[in-house]
Amino acid sequence: MKRPVFEYSWGIHPPENKVQSTERPLEDAPLPDRLVLPLQQHIGAPAQPLVEPGTRVLKGQQLASANGFISVPVHAPTSGTVLEVAEHTIPHPSGLTDLCVVLEPDGRDEWTEHRGIDDFSAVAPRELLDYIRDHGVAGLGGAGFPTAAKLGSGTDSDIEFLVLNGVECEPYITADDTLMFEYAEAVVKGAEVIAHLVQPREILLGIEDNKPEAIEELRKAAANSPVQIVVIPTKYPSGGEKQLIQILTGREVPRGGIPADIGIVCMNVGTTAAVWKAVDSGEPLISRITTVTGKAVDTPRNLEVLLGTPIRSLLEHCGVQRDALYRLIMGGPLMGFTLTDENLPVIKTTNCILAATREELPPPPPAQPCIRCGMCAEVCPAYLLPQQLYWYSKAKEFDRAEAHNLFDCIECGACAYVCPSNIPLVQYYRFAKGEIRKAEHERILAERSRERFESRKERLAREEQEKEARRKARREAAARAQAEKKAAAARGEKPADPRADEVKAAVERVRAKKEAAATPAAPDNDNQAG
Amino acid sequence: MALVNISSPHTTRGSGAGSVMLHVILATIPGFLALTWQFGGGVAINVILAGLTALASEALVLRLRGRPVMFYLRDLSALLTGILLGLALPPFVPWWVTITGTAFAVIVAKQLYGGLGYNLFNPAMVGYVVLLISFPVQMTAWLPPEGLGRSAELGLGDAFSAIFTGQVLSGETVDAFTMATPLDTLRIYAESLTEEELFALPVFGEFAGRGWWIVNLGFLAGGIYLWQRGYITWHTPAGLIGALAVLSLLFHANDADRFASPLVHLFGGATMLGAFFIATDPVSCATSNRGRLLFGIGVGVITFVIRTWGSYPDAIAFGVLLMNLAAPLLDHYTIPRTYGHVRTKREVEAEAAPQAQASTESGGSGA
Repeated sequence: MKRPVFEYSWGIHPPENKVQSTERPLEDAPLPDRLVLPLQQHIGAPAQPLVEPGTRVLKGQQLASANGFISVPVHAPTSGTVLEVAEHTIPHPSGLTDLCVVLEPDGRDEWTEHRGIDDFSAVAPRELLDYIRDHGVAGLGGAGFPTAAKLGSGTDSDIEFLVLNGVECEPYITADDTLMFEYAEAVVKGAEVIAHLVQPREILLGIEDNKPEAIEELRKAAANSPVQIVVIPTKYPSGGEKQLIQILTGREVPRGGIPADIGIVCMNVGTTAAVWKAVDSGEPLISRITTVTGKAVDTPRNLEVLLGTPIRSLLEHCGVQRDALYRLIMGGPLMGFTLTDENLPVIKTTNCILAATREELPPPPPAQPCIRCGMCAEVCPAYLLPQQLYWYSKAKEFDRAEAHNLFDCIECGACAYVCPSNIPLVQYYRFAKGEIRKAEHERILAERSRERFESRKERLAREEQEKEARRKARREAAARAQAEKKAAAARGEKPADPRADEVKAAVERVRAKKEAAATPAAPDNDNQAG
Repeated sequence: MALVNISSPHTTRGSGAGSVMLHVILATIPGFLALTWQFGGGVAINVILAGLTALASEALVLRLRGRPVMFYLRDLSALLTGILLGLALPPFVPWWVTITGTAFAVIVAKQLYGGLGYNLFNPAMVGYVVLLISFPVQMTAWLPPEGLGRSAELGLGDAFSAIFTGQVLSGETVDAFTMATPLDTLRIYAESLTEEELFALPVFGEFAGRGWWIVNLGFLAGGIYLWQRGYITWHTPAGLIGALAVLSLLFHANDADRFASPLVHLFGGATMLGAFFIATDPVSCATSNRGRLLFGIGVGVITFVIRTWGSYPDAIAFGVLLMNLAAPLLDHYTIPRTYGHVRTKREVEAEAAPQAQASTESGGSGA
């Protein structure tokens, strides 16, 4: 039975450039001198280190534990000694540093004790989710969302479709292709584990028609399983979660929502295989398949890479031509980010290292004027009007850009790819988004300091009023004393002698003081009324 | 080599705006050949003259504005404007008319607004309308098509001579050869002649205006090429042709003697040139596909109204310019629904909300 694919008109067909890296078989990357393991390779809270410099660890041992529900632990990819737990630059577009465990392998590759689950269907979902989290599984497709957290949202809702993402639509990248070809069985089994957790009515594995070998292997592996292999046309960005859901189910993830809201859970095939590996053998996520490709390497290929392996070691293994290397990209040519340091490590989300020459990915040509041809709108998978967003971003009319749903842009770059005028559209959108976020942040800060200022003003005014009240009370008491004195004088009690007068005045003062001490309550009330 | 740090995307198709313009220029070839075949070498001379004038005008203004001249000339937009205007001119129009119109189109309608991408109006049509209003006699002096009137007597030398001296080689003036176009004829005789009588006139001859239907088929072929290659979407031409066809069919069915048939409207004038090459100018058109459909319908309706009740024989140019005015409004109301959104979000909603609030407030205080 062939499942229909739903109608969509967006997307582009950039040159695939996938052949280069699929000609050679998958092999293990060499063991490097040291492994650098960032404690945050996923979305959520960073893991908390469990080791200290000098600790000897075994392969598969936890180096850092999950910190909360949306977090995963980090495991030792091989046996060795912890050199340090310190700040290192992490592979991230920001180029910032973060806490990393640096491990020196001892070359013995000695495993810690591990065993899988014999019958996962007998394990309670909550327990199985904890098990998956404890094995460090986070999304290997792109964002690196902790898998247990994602599946947790699926167990809580009524799930109709489990969508497995084997699309891999970006040019050059063949890591998932290789994985599906080599480990089709693990993908299918992993899907069954996930299905046990989220109880979908159907399991759909979407794969582009440019991967015939993987499709064949998957079909064989899925022969006696509920997993349906759905072959979709090769088109970028079909591999986006929202886009694949649209293609396979005809549904759209509502704005600001998650797939579970419309009864769908979407998982990358690599993640699915990692779930199976954890369940089957108890091996945590310590390695992944990474494509090393581009014209600046002599032998582009796919490698099974230990997490934390410096990119330098992979490039050297594949025969990098440093003179020719111009742009080093983690990810693909449309959504990847450039690296300026070869010592950065491979992390859970590193699906590709693209070592491109200048001829291959030349610097962008000067932008020409926008002629509003609308080719960008034709290819936009979010149905936005990219050229309007461009004009508004350029003119800093951010409210209009927001009205045109700027924040629904997934930055896939399809618009910029087709733009005949070579306008760096995505960069304009990032600028506008950044400015809007900054303005929002500043607005919040301003609001907060305004509140602070006003409450200070209020407090000062209140203190001033209280002071004033006390002053008033004193004045009134003094005036009363004066009046009494005058009244006494009027009654003709002429002071006999100056001394008697003095004595009387002293008595008067004491009485006034006593009165002043007794009255504060009354003036206070007056003040409140005023 | 030091590694570069550039944000994504890292690759583009990068064809250049010039390649879009080039394909539009190439797509005019069938229509251009048909025009030249039917109306002689004057068409070619006009196109070349207008093209050169456009390039020279563009270069001049770019120089004055201190912009890189070759960088902008290579986008070919000026050349395209010149060619489109040249194609719209009568075959024996004097050279200075062509130069005046083209220079006005490029310098005033395009460059004074900020150059490519910033002009509100279709430059070629601004040039055309300026000429039509300023020099109505020269602009309505069309030659008879191939095989009609004295067309057989005219060669390329006559065309050259007529354009630059006002006389053909034999010394006769251009007036001796000109003839009303089908739409002109229609305007003059629609009241007095029946449909049969009208179609018996030699200018109609074949099914929608002798010679003209071939020209229209030529531009239709070029237009289909542009659509197939993705340089234009179907929305604007379909809206224009559809509106024109539906309106003319309704009126024709009601009173065939008074109102011309859809065939005359679609194939008897500049409809196909206008639908595929003029109204589709992306800069001055609406942005979204729905907006473009409405834009095309608007041009079609205005064209029909002016052709039928106005005093100008053809009206594509007026239709396009009037709809250019409406394009920002169309954009305002035709923002497409974004992925994951329930409804189309109109820009106006976002903007009108605070305004409406303000107006009720001011209204309240006034009362």
